[in-house]
Amino acid sequence: MTLALSAKRSRAGASLRLGALLVALLVGAAALSLVWTPYPPAAMDIPNKLLAPSFAHWLGTDALGRDVASQILAGARVSLLVGVIAVGIGLGFGVALGLLAATAQGFIEDAIMKFCDFTFAFPALLMAILLTATYGPGVINAILAIGIANVPIFAKLTRSAANGVLAREFAMAARASGRGPFAIAFEHVLPNIAPPLIVQATIQFAIAILAEAALSYLGLGAQPPLASWGRMLADAQAWMYVAPRLAIFPGLAVALSVLGLNLLGDGLRDALDPRLRARR
Amino acid sequence: MLLDIEGLSIDLPTPYGGCRVVRDVSFSLRAGQSLGVVGESGSGKTMTALALMGLLPDGAVVSGALRFEGRDLAPLGEAEMQMLRGDRIAMIFQEPMTALNPLHRIGAQVAEPLILHRGLSKAAAWAQAVKLLGHVRLRDPERIARAYPFALSGGERQRAMIAMALSCGPKLIIADEPTTALDVTVQAKILDLLAMLGAESEMAMLLVSHDLAVIARHCRRVLVMYGGAVMEEGPVEAVLGQTLHPYTRALMEARPTLGAPRGERLRAIPGAAPSGPSEPKGCAFADRCPLALEACRAEPPPPLRLPDGHSVRCIRVDAEGRLT
Repeated sequence: MTLALSAKRSRAGASLRLGALLVALLVGAAALSLVWTPYPPAAMDIPNKLLAPSFAHWLGTDALGRDVASQILAGARVSLLVGVIAVGIGLGFGVALGLLAATAQGFIEDAIMKFCDFTFAFPALLMAILLTATYGPGVINAILAIGIANVPIFAKLTRSAANGVLAREFAMAARASGRGPFAIAFEHVLPNIAPPLIVQATIQFAIAILAEAALSYLGLGAQPPLASWGRMLADAQAWMYVAPRLAIFPGLAVALSVLGLNLLGDGLRDALDPRLRARR
Repeated sequence: MLLDIEGLSIDLPTPYGGCRVVRDVSFSLRAGQSLGVVGESGSGKTMTALALMGLLPDGAVVSGALRFEGRDLAPLGEAEMQMLRGDRIAMIFQEPMTALNPLHRIGAQVAEPLILHRGLSKAAAWAQAVKLLGHVRLRDPERIARAYPFALSGGERQRAMIAMALSCGPKLIIADEPTTALDVTVQAKILDLLAMLGAESEMAMLLVSHDLAVIARHCRRVLVMYGGAVMEEGPVEAVLGQTLHPYTRALMEARPTLGAPRGERLRAIPGAAPSGPSEPKGCAFADRCPLALEACRAEPPPPLRLPDGHSVRCIRVDAEGRLT
């Protein structure tokens, strides 16, 4: 029992460390690109197009001679921005709506849940196309579309987790000691539902990065000259047989970021459990 | 009179309409007195307790009079009930494992009512919480205050719950099966502690339990409930010593006793407790009662007061307190 538990613990610790390392790389790349990239990411150099990786161009150049390493560094910025803001929108509105639904119950709960179902039924991609059609393509609209799609996910998760906590005896005990429903929602319910929310937030962060790549691939997200991993993938498609590395490098960047975020979420969930924290 | 309840009835909403879970319950409690409420699951004991706290589920309809310290509780709004809860009336729950928030330190949870009702600062409330934890005979209260609930045993947690409930010096404490989840030796210690603390501060206690032995030892008066109605009520010695109601007798016989011959089966009460919206016209226990007559099913039996301060609702009991 103890052995199995400690084995599980060390595995959780390993995934936390690896996840944190990958996410730190993502954040580091984005931060570095603000002050330095090997070449300006958008600078074309047609004579040097489709170069293989070398000392001068670590990851080679693309069909327009742009430095791939520089674009990947700059693209991390867009991915991070999309993830942070889209998850922020989802968390901010979703958790508030979910807590309100669980606390108020009755008509308000029904209305909020119906709103969530309605938003769920409206695919994020369609939302992005709608926003693009109305306001033109761009990163901001992509972020908004992904963020709005996140709201019902967090609202539903928050409501069901909060209902689970409210059914537990300590929620009743808090009421018996004279606490009001909204104080209980913030002081007793919210900390107890934080672990699933944090895990969901890292997953949604990863999904947001994928969604931004998909939207940019379709031309609905980042527009040139803004570097984005999704746009790099779209550009690489035409050269798939000549220079597959043009798809592999941004693809790897997306995959490693998503993997890192998922591992981080898993590791955080275990690290945030007070029972495990005290046993360490 | 600290608490005066008259003709309390509670209806809970169901998809098929209202379901009466408590019918015509009356009792009163003086300061410092202890009343035991006994009955099997579904007899309405917990609903009665929650009605006093104003913590019934949404949609519950309460009728009858609830007076606490001379004040009618019925017209009070949620905000006024919040002022009362945890301050004048406190409650101890059944499961010490789940009645404390696993993410807050014990000290912070014990201090919460003090901050809320007494307006103490965090530091002052924490110091008071440590004192209270010592008062409920927890060893090393400083360490306990800093601990999270999982680090405590069941008995220690229940003591912490008691400290939390007593923090503002309530006049009435409602203990809903406070020791069911604990083992027998710890049970006795916790209940002795509650009785002692109650005596210290003239606090009245409403002890809800299905354990007759617990009630016999710790309460002065007892209320026997079945199917949401009071069957028998009075001083513990009278009700448990001179049991009259067939239901109370059946409860007494269903208890395991030490020294009973090996292999002897406990005497279970035939049938099942009533549940759901079926409303009995007569005595709630008639369907399972070995002495039931046709007249039992016609109308609810009126309370019969006996000279020993004992009141029973059974038409088979005569004015001299004999079961006929």
